[in-house]
Amino acid sequence: MSADLTLILPEIVLAAFAILGLLGAVYTGKDALAPALTWATSALFVLVALWVGLAEPETHYGFGGMFIDDSFARFAKVTLLLSAAAVLAMSEGYMSNRGLLRFEYPVLVTLAVVGMMMMVSAGDLMSLYMGLELQSLALYVVASLRRDSIKSTEAGLKYFVLGALSSGLLLYGASLVYGYSGTTLFSGIIQTTVSGDVSIGLLLGLVFLISGLAFKVSAVPFHMWTPDVYEGAPTPITAFFATAPKVAAMALFARLLHDAFGNAVSDWQQVVALISVLSMFLGGIAAIGQNNIKRLMAYSSIAHMGYALMGLAAGTVLGVQAMLVYLAIYVTMNVGTFAFILMMERDGQPVVDVTSLNMYSKREPGKALAMLVLLFSLAGVPPMLGFFGKLYVLRAAYDGGLAWLAIAGVIASVIGAFYYLRIVFYMYFGDENAQGLDGGKSPVLWGFLMASAVVMVLGIVNMFGVEGAAAAAAASLVVN
Amino acid sequence: MSVFAFYLFAISVIAGGLFTVISRNPVHSVLWLILSFLSAAGLFVLLGAEFVAMLLIIVYVGAVAVLFLFVVMMLDVDFAELKAEMARYMPLALLIGLVILMQFVLAFGAWESNAAAEGLRLQTIPVDRHNTEALGLILYDQYFLLFQLSGLILLVAMIGAIVLTLRHRKDVKRQDPVAQMMRDPAKAMELRDVKSGQGL
Repeated sequence: MSADLTLILPEIVLAAFAILGLLGAVYTGKDALAPALTWATSALFVLVALWVGLAEPETHYGFGGMFIDDSFARFAKVTLLLSAAAVLAMSEGYMSNRGLLRFEYPVLVTLAVVGMMMMVSAGDLMSLYMGLELQSLALYVVASLRRDSIKSTEAGLKYFVLGALSSGLLLYGASLVYGYSGTTLFSGIIQTTVSGDVSIGLLLGLVFLISGLAFKVSAVPFHMWTPDVYEGAPTPITAFFATAPKVAAMALFARLLHDAFGNAVSDWQQVVALISVLSMFLGGIAAIGQNNIKRLMAYSSIAHMGYALMGLAAGTVLGVQAMLVYLAIYVTMNVGTFAFILMMERDGQPVVDVTSLNMYSKREPGKALAMLVLLFSLAGVPPMLGFFGKLYVLRAAYDGGLAWLAIAGVIASVIGAFYYLRIVFYMYFGDENAQGLDGGKSPVLWGFLMASAVVMVLGIVNMFGVEGAAAAAAASLVVN
Repeated sequence: MSVFAFYLFAISVIAGGLFTVISRNPVHSVLWLILSFLSAAGLFVLLGAEFVAMLLIIVYVGAVAVLFLFVVMMLDVDFAELKAEMARYMPLALLIGLVILMQFVLAFGAWESNAAAEGLRLQTIPVDRHNTEALGLILYDQYFLLFQLSGLILLVAMIGAIVLTLRHRKDVKRQDPVAQMMRDPAKAMELRDVKSGQGL
């Protein structure tokens, strides 16, 4: 038992921190502790990320196989911890200025992160579900944190109702899988399919599980909630939604498909490829008409999840590696982009209209240039890091025998480039006379924007070693 | 006898479920739901799982269903309007339901128990232990991690409920326990020497 507890020590530390933070905030009066707590949480995330990331590259199983600590889990944990830390650091100023920063916010984010860490380490259908619910419940609450805004409340309610529905699908799938395999352990499920022929009941359960998880990664056709929730939630929380939970859900997806159904690759490959191609196209086409940059980022994240799923659909070690690299790049780009969106304001009020960026390059050449780099990277324009992420998944899909998927990905990427470049057009060639934005003055946000843009350019040299780490992580997940 | 009891409970579970869905009055729906829960508890007793049966009655009938009843009575939702809205999507829902049903028939038709799964299933039946004790061992020992996680989930639910509903209103007089405790006779009372026939 004590060996098991040592294994989940990072999670225990975070949960204990959340509870202590809650206690501390209760005794120090109304939200006085909130800014300090937010920064402390952010710092703790970074420390835990270092702790997890520098652990020895071994695979450990705890709690009878329910908890898996391998390179794959550690890679995902480091990515999601760092992105959550970045988002918390970015949100403090914005939320304080608007009276939204309440001490429950960092506490809920910490508990959500604990849930995500459980998700990526899950080795059992039950621990999968528990981690997922812990994460989702905390996210439902933070989505409607701005109680006096109808849109924020709507976002929370919509997210909650549809999330509950998807949890129902997931649980139903889990019960079918349990019924047909006799165990909830991933290692047990894969043993029942060792001969290669998977019973149709197990497949039906798998389809339900995939549906539930596709909702969490907002893949088409389970994406309907994404634009409304992204638009309604306060912007820093939207930034959070677009980063860490996506990493956790994608990692969980890969874990389930490879650890529990690794013998049935040909059976789930077509399903994942289908939702991948639908997500890429819908994300690319539906965003064209959007003028609200938060909704635009929602469709952008749907499309990006399509590309990450393409890596998964390949069903190979290279595919998982490509997915992990893609997620790491995606998260970095999104942190930078949302830092920019958080700085978009006029007279102290946040602005989300894309057309307000007219001739932004005249007033803020530095920030406009950084945003240009990020948008090029999001679109996958060659010299930027985003291009190499896309190249990776395309190559993985091609090597995995899904050439048609790779071709569809290229076409969708060209369509999607339009709306990213439209923002660039507004910033550089827009209407001179239109009412512009104030120069948002926030050193923290500026720092994140610039750092992220610099990473997009310098990362093409060696990707800062992410490639090697992702390769090791993928090798630890995929056995055959 | 037990076969008779099984069919009695099984039929009332299904009937309860059916009437929960089709009855017009939402309060009746909840009452049918309670019947369904009670019959399910009866089925558990027949299986020898008396602890789960009692849990079902205490938690689901005693707490959840009564809460439902309160909500249904207090919210005054216009169910007729909701149903009219639902009716618009009925053809599509029926189509999807039919397709899924056919898939299930396909799946259950091909049901064939895996030998290894059969062995695993037999393992979990505790023979020499008391029902409650066996559950406790599984819950607090084997599934310790999940038990703690569900505790965290409940904590999140609690924080969420407070975050989303608690409002500090200015015009409400509040109790301040610290101030009350720090009061002493010197502060709480004022001694005046009242002269007779004059008052204050």
